[in-house]
Amino acid sequence: MSFFFEVLIGGLLSGVLYALVALGFVLIYKASGVFNFAQGAMVFFAALTFVGFQQVLPGWTGLEAGGRTVFWLAFVLALASMVVLGILTEKVVLRPLVNQPHITLFMATIGLTFLVEGIAQAIWGANVHGLDLGIADEPIEWVMDSADIIVSKFDVFAATLAGALVASLALFFQYTKVGRALRAVADDHQAALSIGIPLQHIWAIVWAVAGFVALVAGLIWGARSGVQFALTFTALKALPVLILGGFTSVPGAIVGGLIIGASEKLAEVYVGPMVGGGIEGWFPYVLALGFLLVRPEGLFGEKHIDRV
Amino acid sequence: MLYREAGQFKASYQEDQQIFPIRQDRMGFAAILAFFFLVVPMIADQYWLQAILIPVLIFSLAAIGLNILTGYAGQLSLGSAAFMAVGAFGAYNFMLRIDGMPFIVGVVLGGLCAAAVGVAFGLPSLRIKGFYLAVATLAAQFFIVWALVKFPWFSNNASSGVITAQRVEILGYAFDTPVSKYLLTLAIVAVLALLAKNLVRSTTGRSWMAVRDMDVAAEVIGIRPMHAKLTAFAVSSFYCGVAGALYAYTYLGTVEPEGFSLDLSFKILFMIIIGGVGSIMGSFLGAAFIVLLPIFLNVVMHSAFGGSMPAGLGSNLELIIFGGLIIFFLIVEPHGLARLWQLGKEKLRLWPFPH
Repeated sequence: MSFFFEVLIGGLLSGVLYALVALGFVLIYKASGVFNFAQGAMVFFAALTFVGFQQVLPGWTGLEAGGRTVFWLAFVLALASMVVLGILTEKVVLRPLVNQPHITLFMATIGLTFLVEGIAQAIWGANVHGLDLGIADEPIEWVMDSADIIVSKFDVFAATLAGALVASLALFFQYTKVGRALRAVADDHQAALSIGIPLQHIWAIVWAVAGFVALVAGLIWGARSGVQFALTFTALKALPVLILGGFTSVPGAIVGGLIIGASEKLAEVYVGPMVGGGIEGWFPYVLALGFLLVRPEGLFGEKHIDRV
Repeated sequence: MLYREAGQFKASYQEDQQIFPIRQDRMGFAAILAFFFLVVPMIADQYWLQAILIPVLIFSLAAIGLNILTGYAGQLSLGSAAFMAVGAFGAYNFMLRIDGMPFIVGVVLGGLCAAAVGVAFGLPSLRIKGFYLAVATLAAQFFIVWALVKFPWFSNNASSGVITAQRVEILGYAFDTPVSKYLLTLAIVAVLALLAKNLVRSTTGRSWMAVRDMDVAAEVIGIRPMHAKLTAFAVSSFYCGVAGALYAYTYLGTVEPEGFSLDLSFKILFMIIIGGVGSIMGSFLGAAFIVLLPIFLNVVMHSAFGGSMPAGLGSNLELIIFGGLIIFFLIVEPHGLARLWQLGKEKLRLWPFPH
């Protein structure tokens, strides 16, 4: 039984990481109606930029390599790069496509994915970098002693961070003026424009926030598995989470992440051996697909009514 | 001056409804076909045939498949490569397991397998749309490739999952030189492209476009969205499947399931965006563009840097240019190269006196 719980908890914790990436998607979708396929590339770009700055900063400034100052300086610089990237995206890609069909915007973000991946590697190189956040990936002792279950400190830290991020974002959307404007823009570009909401500011803000979320996700994923090209595939992990949770719901991303994470690991352990293993790659998609047939708008999504 | 339809009168419905209503178009098309069937085999060397012309033709077919689904029926799919894989492995298995299976029949049966799988994965489109569906087609992409790797039966128990295509033979004639393979591919692609062109002009094609433009309204005027969507999935997957079979038989010879990756699916999507969404002609232009661009870049980079080209720069530059081009085309010319072609023809009609 403790094995079952171990798998379950491991799955839930990795689900939190999926949710973190999915959160970036939800933010942009909620505020601009754009399904940003480039979120995975942004995660990669953010993590690579952070690591890149961490490596070059000691040489530029004479600061001690690996120190706290360098860490925060790199963090700020990476965040600034993400904000610049977001604003550029808004100016160059999104603004000319206002009022185009959603599918066109989606395809534009697929183009953006390739662009960002190429630029990230052209600047920082394609090597795999290690990333140390200073939190050890080791089991928590008292949980191991009392319940005989291995729970990694790092995972718990990541989960806490994700939880805090989600809570603050939910509050931001619900209770601030900017948050309200964001929701208005998401509902209808044109209507929001006509009542005087500055569309480009809102989009710039939202892409900057999404860049911040991507940076946090990138740091956590990077610390887990190294900063490398494979980080872009986190986007593919986050998609079924989105379908399950609904594209417009921040809590949906979390709940979806937990469900996908847990069911994926459980399926791999208990169903996988029957069919030859390796089902982690597609199981979340099939699960999400099955779910869509029952409830097309996802768990927490808004029901969409079509009129002619 | 040369391209003017003055004096060409249409006296019957048939004449009015032909694919190329203008005589110069008909002649031009015949000239192009004659050029590719007769002249190219004589002047092209092995490299051009094997590395450029055959893949362009095959990808054009796959792009036509995706264009039918995305451009005409409005259902975005990110799983085209998976349907190509089904076609390739289907054709391989039919030819392996049934003695004396003719090549063409094997390819068609492979395509039909892909169509069946396509319909199965198209079923969710009845309830979901837009990018929900795009994400759902990723399920096909991952599941099919996984299944082909995991069940060795599909690849005749080859441990690595790699299949080696059988000899291509039709009525005792073996297609084993590049020229003969090229001609075979060209013939199949030409026939299927013509079929596609006619199909999208038919009732079926019009119902696809109605569903694409507004599915609720289409339903109101009596088009069955379910029927339209599923036929779109079936026909589209059939085309992708045949393209996959040709990919294995006339292009590569040996293929593995991982070759039909998400990257290939994206490439096919790029072909239709750049070539022109909702255009058969655009599928050809897009495929040619996407196949030629990396080769062109490589040549340019080599002449610019010589032997001292920094490693990895080429592939990164390719990513950047691909991504940039997609965005550029979506913003500036959403109808792709096909639209430019059309504009050119319109300009030509007025030339030399544009008003």
